[in-house]
Amino acid sequence: MVQLFSRHRQQIVSCDTPGMSTLRDQALESFLKLGFPNTKMEAWRQTDLTECLARGYDYPVERMPEEDTQKVFRCNIPHLDTAIIGQLNGWYVSKDVPLMELGNGIIMGSLAEAKKKYPELVEQYYGTVADSTSEAFTALNTAFAQDGVFIYVPDNVQSPKPVQLINVIQHDENLFLQSRNLIVVGKNARLSLVHCDDSYNHQASFSNIVSEIVIGDNAFMDHYKLQNLNNSSTLITTTCFRLGAAASLESHYLSLNGGLLRNNIRLHFNGPHGIANIYGIYLMDGKQHIDNQVFIDHAHPHCTSNEMFKGILDEHARGVFNGHVLVRKDAIKTDARQSNRNILLTDTAKVNSKPFLEIYNDDVKCSHGSTTGQLDNEAMFYLRQRGIGEDSARMLLMFAFADEVVGKIAIPQLRQRIEDMIKKRLQGELQICEACVLHCSTPEQPVEFYIDLSKI
Amino acid sequence: MESDSNKIIDEVTRGDYKYGFVTEIETEFAPIGLCEDTIRYISDKKREPGFMLEFRLKAYRHWLTMKQPDWAHLSIDPINFQDIIFYAAPKKKKDLSSLDEVDPELLATFNKLGISLDEQKKLSGVAVDAVIDSVSVKTTFTETLAKYGIIFCSFSEAVQNHPDLVKQYMGSVVPYTDNYFAALNSAVFSDGSFCFIPKGVHCPVELSTYFRINAANTGQFERTLIVAEEGAYVSYMEGCTAPQRDENQLHAAIVEIVAMKDASVKYSTVQNWYPGDKNGVGGIYNFVTKRGICKGSNSKISWTQVETGSAITWKYPSCILMGDNSVGEFYSVAVTNNQQQADTGTKMMHLGKNTKSTIVSKGISAGKSQNSYRGLVRVSKNATNSRNYSQCDSLLLGSLCGAHTWPYIQVENKSSIVEHEATTSKISEDQLFYCQQRGIDMESAIGLIVNGYAKEVLRQLPMEFAVEAQKLLSISLEGSVG
Repeated sequence: MVQLFSRHRQQIVSCDTPGMSTLRDQALESFLKLGFPNTKMEAWRQTDLTECLARGYDYPVERMPEEDTQKVFRCNIPHLDTAIIGQLNGWYVSKDVPLMELGNGIIMGSLAEAKKKYPELVEQYYGTVADSTSEAFTALNTAFAQDGVFIYVPDNVQSPKPVQLINVIQHDENLFLQSRNLIVVGKNARLSLVHCDDSYNHQASFSNIVSEIVIGDNAFMDHYKLQNLNNSSTLITTTCFRLGAAASLESHYLSLNGGLLRNNIRLHFNGPHGIANIYGIYLMDGKQHIDNQVFIDHAHPHCTSNEMFKGILDEHARGVFNGHVLVRKDAIKTDARQSNRNILLTDTAKVNSKPFLEIYNDDVKCSHGSTTGQLDNEAMFYLRQRGIGEDSARMLLMFAFADEVVGKIAIPQLRQRIEDMIKKRLQGELQICEACVLHCSTPEQPVEFYIDLSKI
Repeated sequence: MESDSNKIIDEVTRGDYKYGFVTEIETEFAPIGLCEDTIRYISDKKREPGFMLEFRLKAYRHWLTMKQPDWAHLSIDPINFQDIIFYAAPKKKKDLSSLDEVDPELLATFNKLGISLDEQKKLSGVAVDAVIDSVSVKTTFTETLAKYGIIFCSFSEAVQNHPDLVKQYMGSVVPYTDNYFAALNSAVFSDGSFCFIPKGVHCPVELSTYFRINAANTGQFERTLIVAEEGAYVSYMEGCTAPQRDENQLHAAIVEIVAMKDASVKYSTVQNWYPGDKNGVGGIYNFVTKRGICKGSNSKISWTQVETGSAITWKYPSCILMGDNSVGEFYSVAVTNNQQQADTGTKMMHLGKNTKSTIVSKGISAGKSQNSYRGLVRVSKNATNSRNYSQCDSLLLGSLCGAHTWPYIQVENKSSIVEHEATTSKISEDQLFYCQQRGIDMESAIGLIVNGYAKEVLRQLPMEFAVEAQKLLSISLEGSVG
């Protein structure tokens, strides 16, 4: 790693400001101290990376030639009007316009390019939200990441349509990717971001994505993370949010497929009256592994946070949830909720759940809940009694279970699309196929349950 | 109201620990510090058979290879094990055959604690084993219990009289390799209680042990072993106090419970070691390993604890649910005040089919204390149709204390249901207002609410203990914040 870094140093730091390259050196140093996480560490106890790391990977340091973007990014959501930006193997797909500046002051494009063009703006935020000193993957990312997406929404500007960021991995070799995103939503601004991680073929990959998201005072952000990757891909995402006073965030983690997924979500309230809702749904089967780590730092009074993570685990899948809410001494009137619900469909699936509350203040309302079980027998009986076949009834119940999370999606077209995908996923039809990640031969036609309505 | 509540907290904080007296009894000590010779000294003093010394030395050698655990949410001053006297015993002149021969000072001590060892206790029907410093002083009722075939005696007597039973069960639930403090205890434990309920016997009285640390600079290391054979039932109670001293004293105990087929064991603790003064000077370090195993089918182990004392509490009474249909229960009220720290909870290991466990934990923290619940519920692959329900609530009184909940949940089969819920809040202002509006003063109102909050656990306690526990709760907390 170090050799790799020193060999390509020139190339890696080519877009950096001097401050940033110091940050890189420091991060590399802390990564060398920390090393790759192992299962002896409390935060990684349930997620073993040995196998994933043992696969050989290529470390691309050069921008790869852009493929036919139309081919790669052809999966779109019907009727969803978004500003699409793409990332291929961690690099921003520029289509010759590396950085777009929209009329209303919104800047959107490649982070590498932004570092060159707006060094002051980037430097103001870059590396201030993510912690490169104690988290190995963040440190590694800070040391190596060259490109990613930069979105800047100035104060008092509302992004007219949702931004859709599609990150596709497509390469003939196994890739080890580091990509870094920086998203800044100014005061009183508004942004809706749909962030998709998809793989294109069945090649193994290891992605380490760090996103820093700064949400200004009174701003609002609607954030969707959609993960649909092949079974040999490893995806470590670290998303660090910083919320200003009275800012609000709606974040949705929708994990449908992936070999090993680890979502580190770090949220820091940087002012009073912030509101954060974080929802997650994961549907895992085969030997898939999902690990959601949510840390919420209530450092200021009158903030509200709500976590709801639900999962359905089939076959040999494994689901891990670690929630940590820290309420600091002065954070009075904090209202924090955590909930994690799991359904196990087989005896070989596994769940580890650790909702953890750490509270140093008496004027708070905090609660957490965790359940693990199976589909409700009575509900099952009720449906079957009304002539619904066992399979359909089970689908319906699972869908209803997932819908509590999916129903929170605020963009109607996206919600419709995710609902369809979840239906497909539950029927085992959502696959990573050769031609298209979001296998959708007839995207216009929603999936139906096989229910004879006349009998109901 | 704020100043009112501050005043009340102050009062409570200044409240004296009423068991803080010292009794002047002639005591003999082991040489200070820990080495193999100390262990030989203890073993020799107790005239133990060879297997015991071997067990102790094995444990000691293992202990030397271990490090003090640091994962708990506790800040512990380093413990200098060479500064501790590992064995202290009231000087014995001869073997005691009746109560009259017990040192009157000792009797007075126990009377002061409200535990009279004499006959009148017969009326309440409780058999008591009293352990002072390291040695069991007197066990009452032994003869009566013997009629039923029940063995209830001090651990040393058991070693002398029933070596086979001790050999068979000692270390079978908590092996000496289990953890740092268990290894230490296995090496130096001095006494404790031994209880054996034969097949089909329903123990007619509550069994009780009272622990008291008296001498200065000593550690107390006792070991309790309860074996309930097929179809047996026993309810066991444990209480503890210590004098008020400026230095920290170490208490590292082990409790092992074995429940065979259809057996049922109920274990209740009221822990009231000296908690230190309000600046955190002195107090007992309480590191206890308690574990029960439901070996046979349909067996049941129930832990109830009221934790009010100790400067540091590190205690996780656990159940290994090995037999099919076995049941584990854990009810706990943990109160911390001033500078106290508690990291306590339970482990429920579901191994057998249709096993059930219930966890109800109520934490109350006041002053500058830190109170953590740490629990593990593990359902293994073969434990089909298992069921767990956990509820752990925390009540915060005052803005300087902390309450933390770390539940670990691991489920490995599809037919089990595990539920966990927890809430953390302060006393509801609405409830306080409601009480005050009806002419109940602030202090009583808080007492009422706290008692109601802990009721679910307190009502699990045997009658004799419930009264004591309720009193303790009101001493520790009556009228804290609003």
